[in-house]
Amino acid sequence: MDLSWMAWTTPTAIFFAVILCLILSMCVWEWISPGGQPRRGILRFETTRGDRLFVTLLGSAFINLAWLALVGPNLWWALAVCIVFGVLVFVFV
Amino acid sequence: MKSWNNKAWFLVLPVLLLVAFSAIIPLMTVVNYSVQDSFGNNEFYWVGLEWFKEVLESERFHNALMRNLLFSAIILLIEIPLGIAIALAMPRRGWGVSVCLVLMALPLLIPWNVVGTIWQVFARVDIGLLGYTLTQLGFDYNYTQDVVDAWITLIVMDVWHWTSLVVLLCYSGLVSIPQAYYQAARIDGASRWAVFRYIQLPKMRRVLVIAVLLRFMDSFMIYTEPFVVTGGGPGNATTFLSIDLVQMAIGQFDLGPAAAMSLIYFLIILLVSWVFYTVMTQQDADSAPGRGQP
Repeated sequence: MDLSWMAWTTPTAIFFAVILCLILSMCVWEWISPGGQPRRGILRFETTRGDRLFVTLLGSAFINLAWLALVGPNLWWALAVCIVFGVLVFVFV
Repeated sequence: MKSWNNKAWFLVLPVLLLVAFSAIIPLMTVVNYSVQDSFGNNEFYWVGLEWFKEVLESERFHNALMRNLLFSAIILLIEIPLGIAIALAMPRRGWGVSVCLVLMALPLLIPWNVVGTIWQVFARVDIGLLGYTLTQLGFDYNYTQDVVDAWITLIVMDVWHWTSLVVLLCYSGLVSIPQAYYQAARIDGASRWAVFRYIQLPKMRRVLVIAVLLRFMDSFMIYTEPFVVTGGGPGNATTFLSIDLVQMAIGQFDLGPAAAMSLIYFLIILLVSWVFYTVMTQQDADSAPGRGQP
């Protein structure tokens, strides 16, 4: 099957592979340690683990865009901010 | 504790496959395009985040985004109160119900491009009923040359086309209110405003959130009607994000910047949808029996 029209590159393949791994690891986490019941965090609305992953990914996208617009194209520090943001979301939200 | 049967997720698999082919694979392709440049012939060159930076710093993008946000805000400010008012004025029983419902549903049945064509002709100053009448009345109206006229025409057209949706949603919320609430209000001597504020509005809350969500998303993604009526003009006065995106992708064949712009556009819509979804589900959770009890 010719997939050249999709114009795959190594970085974009890694990007999607990481997202897929995150989703799969969430499934494994849930299977090993069920805890997907909604809970209320500091934002005062109910979230499951899946919601928190979604908030992390969406927030990370905007953190990267803001970094790109305000700081520059080197996004390694933005990635660090995203990881901290993700941890905070999973702990407190 | 309530137990969850996760085997039900297998029933979602067919939809997942369908979504994969209709949405996920195209989205992956857009992401791939957004980091490359193409000169046709299926040849691509890596440019990294250049297109994203270009779009984020582009005045053209900022202006189109601002126009979109302004348009959506105006649409919501007009259509939601107007939809509520019309729904409240509609009869609840008798032959008038069917007549009103059919009349309300009519604009919703007309395709977008036909609505655009209708209003494009209707607002013309030479042959259109609206444009000609306004000109004869002494108004200096010309939607092809005047920015304010173009905006007013688009807003009135959208209000004409989509207020019915808000009306029908609000009406469905109103007719589901049990008569006992109104009887209790009458016994208490509640005013018309009090009935609206403390009975009808809370009972319409869920449908109103749906109405706001639908109207925001639709007005934020509007393309066909302004494209047909004004073509994005005069100048770029009614060039919304979707029109700008199509011009960039198909008109100029700038696939890379168009892909980057569409991803940013998608993220904004995703964020707003999530906020509305969270508000909606939160209301359900708050109103669930037992909430707040020890």
